Amino acid sequence: MSARGETILWLAQRASAAVLALCVMVHLVTIVFAVQGGLSAAEILGRTRGSVVGLVFYATFVIAAAVHAPIGLRATLGEWLGWRGASRDVALVLFAIGLAVLGLRAVAGVFGGAA
Amino acid sequence: MRRNELRARAHPAYGAFLVHRISGILLALFLPVHFWALSQSLQGAVQFDRFLSWTALPAVKFAEWGIVVLLAAHLAGGLRLLALEFLPWRDWQKGLAAAAAAVALAVGLAFALAL
Amino acid sequence: MEVLRVKVWRGAEQGAFQSFEVPRQASQTVLDVITHIQRHLDASLAYRFACRVGMCGSCAMTVNGVARWTCRTHVDTVVKDGALEVAPLGQLPVIRDLVTDMAPFFDKWARARGRFRGTRSRHDEFARIAPQDADRRQADAGIECIGCGVCYASCDLVAWNPDYLGPAALNRAWTLVCDARDGAQAERLSAVGGDAGCHACHTQMGCSERCPKKISPTAGIAGLKRALARAVLKGAL
Repeated sequence: MSARGETILWLAQRASAAVLALCVMVHLVTIVFAVQGGLSAAEILGRTRGSVVGLVFYATFVIAAAVHAPIGLRATLGEWLGWRGASRDVALVLFAIGLAVLGLRAVAGVFGGAA
Repeated sequence: MRRNELRARAHPAYGAFLVHRISGILLALFLPVHFWALSQSLQGAVQFDRFLSWTALPAVKFAEWGIVVLLAAHLAGGLRLLALEFLPWRDWQKGLAAAAAAVALAVGLAFALAL
Repeated sequence: MEVLRVKVWRGAEQGAFQSFEVPRQASQTVLDVITHIQRHLDASLAYRFACRVGMCGSCAMTVNGVARWTCRTHVDTVVKDGALEVAPLGQLPVIRDLVTDMAPFFDKWARARGRFRGTRSRHDEFARIAPQDADRRQADAGIECIGCGVCYASCDLVAWNPDYLGPAALNRAWTLVCDARDGAQAERLSAVGGDAGCHACHTQMGCSERCPKKISPTAGIAGLKRALARAVLKGAL
């Protein structure tokens, strides 16, 4: 890939990393608290459904992850499996879209709907 | 042409690289499964509770703990990388690797205690 | 007399280690050991050296699995159970015994535009660059490279991505990116970006760990990544 293309990927990787760093910290603290005393569906969904803050936060989280993970895999596939070229990049774009769709569906399920 | 072997790779930054890459690969594989399982379990409260009771199994608990540690390790390693690439530095690289390990350990312990 | 057991690589790409016994001496360097073998035990041993004092960068080899300059590596610091294993530098084609072909290494300096291109003639004034100038200090930190190839041999990315320019060439390019007098900046940035350039570096830091001159090519490579990002954001690339 060109110097420009690689630079854009590098920037996207670092920018998404900065967003993820914040999201992961919040997420880790949340789950450490959430699992205390066991989990139940009613309890979790009761707290999450209709939360706009939760929806926006986790949607951002999913998009950042969908940008970040494929770029990291790109280097790994090239260096460790020797898979380079257009086929790798097409596969990774599909992976990114898949991640975003699956993730946003899950976020909609947890945070969407009536309060 | 000789390739590097263990003796050449035995230094802290290489260890930090390996942890970051392997945790990254495993997280990228885990994410779609995580999103899919979450969406499936959100079909209704019954499915969600069935999903949650499955997560109470010891093996699943252990896997969850592993994933939290991977996430913490990747986060700490990522913060180390951002510092190395964006902050002016000279001699405290090894300190960063140690700090990253400490953060991952601390989060792992916190989660283990909360489970 | 104390004796050092030394295994030395013989042959080219295909070959084997040959064992020698060398008398141990105070303040002996690895290069002293190799020279003793060549002068007293087997005159057919091929190896390369010139200055013996850490200036020319020609005597780097793999000592007990780690790339080092042999002229300034004391046996005391690397010997393990009275034994040494000396092999040619890694990641480079082996010509014979301990001699590698350095051409791929230096070709990459050229590809990274590692040559200064002046913008003034002898009729112009000297460029005035203050000693405390920030760019100058960054260039100073990387300028003492002797081109020994230790960093290149220590970098896994060179093996995983054979086109990768490697730490030394990129460090050289970085010192020129920091040089206000140089007139080939845009061209150099295009040359050092991309799959085979600075973006291939994953901060394993083998180069910084092993550089005998204590240079950190990793820091320079990070500088190149930032310089490229600035150029792209400004629309200059």
